[in-house]
Amino acid sequence: MTAPDEQEPESVGLVRPYVITNGREIADGDRFELVTLITAAPDQQQKSRLDPEKRSLVELCEGGYLSVAEIAGHMRLPIGVVKVLLSDLAEGGHILTRAPVPAAQLTDIQVLQEVLDGLQARFG
Amino acid sequence: MDSRHVSGDARHLHDKVQIAAKILVVGHFAVGKTTFIGTLSEIPPLRTEETMTQAAADVDDLKGVKGKTTTTVAMDFGRLTLNDRLVLYLFGTPGQQRFVQVWEDMTRGALGALVLVDPQRLKESFAVMDLVEKYGIPYAIAVNHFDGNQARAESELREALDLLPETPIITCDARDEKSSAKALVSLVRYLQSRTRQEQR
Repeated sequence: MTAPDEQEPESVGLVRPYVITNGREIADGDRFELVTLITAAPDQQQKSRLDPEKRSLVELCEGGYLSVAEIAGHMRLPIGVVKVLLSDLAEGGHILTRAPVPAAQLTDIQVLQEVLDGLQARFG
Repeated sequence: MDSRHVSGDARHLHDKVQIAAKILVVGHFAVGKTTFIGTLSEIPPLRTEETMTQAAADVDDLKGVKGKTTTTVAMDFGRLTLNDRLVLYLFGTPGQQRFVQVWEDMTRGALGALVLVDPQRLKESFAVMDLVEKYGIPYAIAVNHFDGNQARAESELREALDLLPETPIITCDARDEKSSAKALVSLVRYLQSRTRQEQR
């Protein structure tokens, strides 16, 4: 089994986080939750003009959907930094988001039942 | 690496996934949160970090050894695709009071929490219990068995942790897939019964 606890959390890289975000704090932190699902927008003509971090984020999301938390994990960036990058990228039309749970459409009872069924099907 | 773990390019979610549900796996330092998550996750557990305003946070460690000083708090998490449209994320959250910022983010939209408890270190669970209750997260207790350790009698545990009579206590071995899945199933069943009662 993997043991991420044994790994040294890697540093952000050569620059400090606020450099990556151009010194900005999270403006709309509520827009992206840990489990908001993200994918790259299909048309990426302008991708080459993006900052390196934003470009890698978009490229990471090109294969399908990933949660905000997974993006942060794969990129080894703090959640707060990822949220700022996502916010910019969403504004520029580079990424598409899927809200965590479409609350109006699904009740907790339905979600819980599906979770239960899924766990039982998977683990017997 | 475990063969269940998808690798490389296969790490993206199915296009049809519509619902991302979240369950927290909480507990004190080195109680087995990451082991539990790693046992059930379909991806190698990932780590995210949240920058903390306060320094000196212990990074959870499987070996239960030395903490380390850092200005970030790490959360380990895993993923389980449960059907075409539903994915479940398990977030391992440290229980110290100084991690409240992380808890804000973590608890938003969470279905519930599994509180991992080591019967030999019950006192260390008090802080995490306080947080779970403060944030109003419904929870079940999972007593993680450690080699050779006898679990305390359920009533003793219930009293020590000041649990409601209906709060489930499950024993589990975080290293064992079936046992861990069973603990999660018990939590979900409890969450169902609570939700049904609230709707009445």
